Formats: sequence, structure tokens, C-alpha cells
Amino acid sequence: MGTLSVVWSIAKNCLTVGVITLTVSDLFASIVAVRGASMSPTFNPKTNTLLDSLSDDRVLVEKFCLRKYKFSHGDVIVFCSPYDHKEKHLKRIVGLPGDWVGTIYDVLKIPEGHCWVEGDNSASSIDSRSFGPVPLGLVEGRVTHILWPPHRIGSVGRKTAQNRVSSS
Amino acid sequence: MRQWRSIAREAVAQVSIVVKFLSFLHVTDSYLFSFTHVLGPSMLPTLNINGDVVLVEHLSHRIGKVGAGDLVLVRSPLDPRKTLTKRILAVEGDKVTFCLDPPRDPTRDYRSRSLVVPKGHVWIQGDNWYASTDSRHFGPVPYGLIQGKVFLRVWPPNSFGSLGQ
Repeated sequence: MGTLSVVWSIAKNCLTVGVITLTVSDLFASIVAVRGASMSPTFNPKTNTLLDSLSDDRVLVEKFCLRKYKFSHGDVIVFCSPYDHKEKHLKRIVGLPGDWVGTIYDVLKIPEGHCWVEGDNSASSIDSRSFGPVPLGLVEGRVTHILWPPHRIGSVGRKTAQNRVSSS
Repeated sequence: MRQWRSIAREAVAQVSIVVKFLSFLHVTDSYLFSFTHVLGPSMLPTLNINGDVVLVEHLSHRIGKVGAGDLVLVRSPLDPRKTLTKRILAVEGDKVTFCLDPPRDPTRDYRSRSLVVPKGHVWIQGDNWYASTDSRHFGPVPYGLIQGKVFLRVWPPNSFGSLGQ
């Protein structure tokens, strides 16, 4: 009798904590691990220090930007892949609706409600140059800070590519 | 001093009740089911022009169980702040043949066009082809934009019932 109520109260507490964590990570901010080197050297620079090569970077993703969907050039965002809704990608916004973006093949105008994303490491990044403009509705959050490894803790700045994007 | 402590303790207790309640509300609303007011002419005759309240479930699209014939809520690819209610006509790999409404614009090419829906995308159309902006205008939309599946109409009460194929 006693153990059953103890188990029940532990289960209730776990459920409550889980629900509150889920709400906070949906509405406020969450922590995400960066995989791959497509955003090198901003994330996962893979230099020779021990900590860098051991584990992936952890970043803070804020969800307040999803209220108004207002982004700026140079924001790093997390979004669902247009080809597989279960995959998430982390890239930088290079173009916003109405901008003209130049790729090696041609110049195209980013349609309403879409954005052009590119990885900082152009050589090994699958981004809008492969799958085209990304609808802003797929964005899950904006990266604001690096939380791990400790020697690179800090805020993530905006980098703009003025030479390839012409804003309206 | 002791009074402040007991007041503080009671305040924390009350706030934690509110926080727990709002969190449960959010999780139910986003991951289980929610009531949504849908309006507009693009889904006539299935949905009324003045608005219906429907019950939307948010489970199927997360496990990939939303398919052709389903009524879904989709975040608009043209404006992420708007949510559209449309029907999925085709999923990835299907071939779609469509023509834009001919009587409206005589200068527009109204011969039918075909394309194959790419991987990870769906083709959505409103039931009222004459008054709907959908995949015929903005192309197939990524599956990740789907927000939920509409399965029951709860208001107006005289048309309560499930919304089928």
C-alpha cells in the first residue's frame, strides 16, 4: 500500500516535470547539439584541442522569434528539412523574402514567406543551394548562444554576406 | 519574518499550480488535440464560409500517418503566421495533374499541367477549386508545415459530425 502510493507520486512528479520541460522548450528556449561540420568554424570547428574533438557543440535555441516570424540577415536558425520532416538542420539566414540571391548558376528572387539559408562552411554544407528557399514555417528557433564547450561559451553573432545578396 | 516566509511559501504554491495547469494546457493543445475556428470559402461545401469550430488532432502528423484525402491544418508557405485548412490530394511520389481555374483569367494558360510530388512534400488543395489559393499556385508544400488533422466538426451543432474523405 505504501509503495504503491510512493510509486504513484513519483510518477506524477515525473509527468509534471516532463510536461513543464516540454512547454518551456517549446515556448521559451531549448538546448540543441550541433552535428556535422557545415557551420564550421562557428560551431564544431574540430580544431586540435581535446574538448573540441571529443563532443559536439551545444547551443541555446530561443523560440520567441516564432511569435512574429521576424528574422534578420545573419541569424542562425534551426529548421525542419523540406525533404524529411523528422530531420532538423542548423544554418544561417543569408536571404529574406524579396532579396535576390546569386548562386553559381543563376540569380533568383526569394519568394514571400521563404528564406535562403547557407552553412558557414560552404564546402561541406547542404543548404538552400541544393534544396532552394526554405519556407519560414519550417523554422523551429533561432540560435543565440553557445553553451558547450566551456572555452567557447558566448553569444552567436550575425554575419552577413554582402557580396552575394542584394536586399530590397 | 515568519509571516513573510509563510506568505512566500503560499505564493510559490499558488504559482506552481498555475504553471502546472498552463503547461498541461499547452501540451494538450500542441501534441494531443485542440479546437480551431476555420473560416473562408476555400473549403466549400465541406466547411462553411462563415466559420466552423473543428476538433484537430496533433498526433498523426508527427508519426507520419497523414495521407491523401485527409483534411489538414497547414502553415502557409506564403506567410508563416497564417494557418490554412486544406485537403491533401497527393503525397510524395504521386503524380498530380491540375489546371488553374480557366474562366477567371483568359491570358493564363489553362491547359492541364502534371508534376510529381517531390520527397517529403504533399499537394494540398481546397475543396472549392474556384476560391482557393493552394498548391496549384504555390506548389507542393513540405510535410513539416502540417500542423494537425481535422477530424470532427463541433459547431454549428446541426452539422456536428466527422469530416471524411
